[in-house]
Amino acid sequence: MSDLLLEIRDVTKVFKRGGVLFGTQFLAVDHVNLSLDRQKPSVLSIVGESGSGKTTLAKIILKLHEPTSGNVLLEGKSIFGTHSNLDSLGYYRTVQPIFQNPFETFSMRKQVDSYLYDTALNLKIAKDRKEARDIITDALSSVGLEINAVAGKYANQFSGGELQRISIARGLIPRPKLIVADEPVSMIDASLRMNIVNIFLSLKKKYHVSFIYITHDLSTAYYVSDYVAIMYRGDVIEYGSSDRVLTNPMHPYTELLLNSVPAVGKKWDRHLKLPDVELKEYQNTACKFANRCPFVQPVCRQNKPPRVQIPGDREVLCFKPVDYALDRTTLSLERETTYRDDLKVNLPGPESLSADGGGPKS
Amino acid sequence: MLRLRDIKAYYQTPGAVVKAVDGVTLDVGENEILGIAGESGCGKSTLLKVLYGSLEPPLKIVAGKVEAELKNEGGKLVTLGPREIRKHWWRFISYIPQGSMSFLNPVVRIEQQFLDAVARKQQFTNKREIHERISSYLKELQLSIEVLNAYPHQLSGGMRQRVLVALGTFLHPEIVLADEPTTALDVVTQKGVLLMLAQVRERMKNSLVIVSHDIGLHYQIAHRIAIMYNGKIVEVGPTERVFEMPLHPYTQMLIQSLPRVGDHKHRQGISGRPPSLIDPPAGCRFAARCPFVMDSCREEMPPLLEIEPDHFVACYLHREPIQPGKGVR
Amino acid sequence: MVKLNARLKTGGVLLLLFVVVGVILPRFSPYDPRSWNAVPRNLPPSQAHWLGTTSVGQDTFWLLTFAVQNSLFVGVVVAFFATTIGVFAGLIGGFLGSAIDRGLTLLMDVFISVPSLPILILVASLLQGKTSLLTISLVLIIFNWPWSARQVRSIALSMRERDFINTARFSGSGTLSIVVREIFPYVLTWSLANFVNTVLVAIATESGLAVIGLSSVEQATLGTMIYWGLQYQALLAHRWWWIGTPVIAIILLFIALFLASTGFADFSAERRGRKRA
Repeated sequence: MSDLLLEIRDVTKVFKRGGVLFGTQFLAVDHVNLSLDRQKPSVLSIVGESGSGKTTLAKIILKLHEPTSGNVLLEGKSIFGTHSNLDSLGYYRTVQPIFQNPFETFSMRKQVDSYLYDTALNLKIAKDRKEARDIITDALSSVGLEINAVAGKYANQFSGGELQRISIARGLIPRPKLIVADEPVSMIDASLRMNIVNIFLSLKKKYHVSFIYITHDLSTAYYVSDYVAIMYRGDVIEYGSSDRVLTNPMHPYTELLLNSVPAVGKKWDRHLKLPDVELKEYQNTACKFANRCPFVQPVCRQNKPPRVQIPGDREVLCFKPVDYALDRTTLSLERETTYRDDLKVNLPGPESLSADGGGPKS
Repeated sequence: MLRLRDIKAYYQTPGAVVKAVDGVTLDVGENEILGIAGESGCGKSTLLKVLYGSLEPPLKIVAGKVEAELKNEGGKLVTLGPREIRKHWWRFISYIPQGSMSFLNPVVRIEQQFLDAVARKQQFTNKREIHERISSYLKELQLSIEVLNAYPHQLSGGMRQRVLVALGTFLHPEIVLADEPTTALDVVTQKGVLLMLAQVRERMKNSLVIVSHDIGLHYQIAHRIAIMYNGKIVEVGPTERVFEMPLHPYTQMLIQSLPRVGDHKHRQGISGRPPSLIDPPAGCRFAARCPFVMDSCREEMPPLLEIEPDHFVACYLHREPIQPGKGVR
Repeated sequence: MVKLNARLKTGGVLLLLFVVVGVILPRFSPYDPRSWNAVPRNLPPSQAHWLGTTSVGQDTFWLLTFAVQNSLFVGVVVAFFATTIGVFAGLIGGFLGSAIDRGLTLLMDVFISVPSLPILILVASLLQGKTSLLTISLVLIIFNWPWSARQVRSIALSMRERDFINTARFSGSGTLSIVVREIFPYVLTWSLANFVNTVLVAIATESGLAVIGLSSVEQATLGTMIYWGLQYQALLAHRWWWIGTPVIAIILLFIALFLASTGFADFSAERRGRKRA
């Protein structure tokens, strides 16, 4: 038995655009290697901007795209290839998705709970509808919902946050070992986001589920994940524990990202002038970041940068990662607010789905 | 410069009346960046439409006053009511919309779009003169002149947004309104566009109103911030102060809920949902979700009070000013 | 109480009328539509013969009931099979893609680009007068299934990438289940509209063939009525009751179908709009 829950082995994905004669190729994912440990459930964030390849990678893990080369292994069994060792049932019982748009996750023409029952029955988690109902009730309560509030309703009768919870509950039914969440809270209002994100953390603890968390938001990635992989135009340019990578970045792009996040409590460095995107398509250089890098050397444009392994399970794709001694002010900790102690918020119980929302239960 | 007094702007549809802006009093001052923050459905986009004078049915100002105090051509201060604002808005107020692709004509080159915009607003007789002016303006904004020859789809999203900023500020309006100017842009480009906007404003010394759901953005560049909730302003004040000492529970909970890199503190979102804009409750709109709710909160809407100079909040937790201020702002 | 719009109501009532005339009334006909000289010829409308009689000795009114019956029969049979085949082909091709889709699309393109009328004329001539309504219907089915197939295919294609299809997959639903339960509901409204359209097309084509004498002229259809009327110079002889009846019937039938189908489209769109509230 492999001691890796998930192994992304040298996965590359090339998209062909255009016709047979004049098509172009687009390299979305470029020889990516990532893995998740089996013993300890963990959250790996894959962070990147649009075009970085993070969504494509997520879709490959979810078998929605086939890699051009390379393979993905779940508990040692490959999921692609003509002799793929893992059958559908085994796969769906191990991996489940959470999609970005809660309103697209379910068909508007079916009752939402039909998906829940399907999952329970098709994946042979329950023998009959009665048993399925019990399992569904349990899954819904893990995300703070009651079955009576969900039964018989259509997707358009719920809010985005509620639908996302239902989506998580559905994914929980087969007790998967891995949940792949593709920007699960980017379409949810800021004040409601942490409710969902905290659910992920509680599921990791309670059910020992590992997560692949795709996002472009560094702050949430820091909060929720143990490990982070920063992607840029198909490459994983930095990887390591989120704590270390995000407080002590080694790749100039990670640095750039961190400096650009409009975080409360830390003002932007306005004098940090970094080149923006050019007018025309990216000019391809050996290191894909060369044209925007403030530390670019001639070698960066000629040779592909090496993958430098740093002790402590960390790696950077760069010629001179450690030399980038930017004048880094320590990321400031949360500013101490001056309001009174009695203004602390209680943790709310399961959300009631009445029209006015209900307040936290005391 | 621009004064809104108890504005009520509703969408009157046959099915229901949506009270998107339900009693908003706000000032847009000279030489400042005002941020209007709020989440989906709070009415901030509608508020911007009111500021811009874009009141097409079913949107209608049902009550309240809009007054603009602007310099006319002679340099004198003039007070305009809403009708005059609509007549003369193009001279004073410009608007940078959300979503650059839907605003720029995809089959017209950028330079032509500039010319079209200018022709609508002022009479320049000499085409060469306009070209000179546009080119030098682009140079000021550090945009490449090549942009002029391009079609919108040839530019990246960030470039397009910068072009919109250039278009919106070219004629030096007194007030620039930006509606979610950086949605769909990645974080690095977003910073670039916003800083550009802030720098342009700094040079022209006019006023900029930014509407965004991202309060981190307001923290970075707004001088003053107004928090909107369910059609009403619940807190407004200097950005530094509002973030240092948020007075309204909604503001507090919103700021507290945001995770920050370097900080592992547990974060909690707000439970429940905002009430409907069609049938809002009497009293404070946040009452149902507020951990500090009192009986008086449900009975009557708390007024916007100045608690410390320039820092206003509508909440019964704060009934008296900590320090006396100047009055409604 | 379900609120039906005016179009749907008008169209529905008209259609009902035709169904009564075409399905119920023929049972009561005292005359066999195929026998000639059953009644005196060329009589104008009267108490005994509400729409007069034809030049070959048939009661026009009762002839009409059979004509409507047969035309409706052709229309409905062709529409039913063409739409069913079309929906299947469209769903399979659109959803599964690759070689199956390419093959089906080729078939669709062939049958759409080849004009059906010349083929029908060819078939009719080859069969040398032994064309039955069934043969015509068969050919019409073959030429009409691609229209709904194409539409359904494009719907299936556009839906393939949507997230809820993936949700269904991860819920363990197989391809057939996904096609039927996720995609088909979206296709249903289109299919119904297609069905009605095909009825129109089938009846029109058959009538067209009939008028040039290539349909099964012993059978009574709206088209063959016109044919025989023309053969016996009904127009010139001012025997408007004979030739006018089928023409007006066809026009009314088409109007009824059109109103019913557009009315239904509006109705279902409204219902969906309200459901979203």
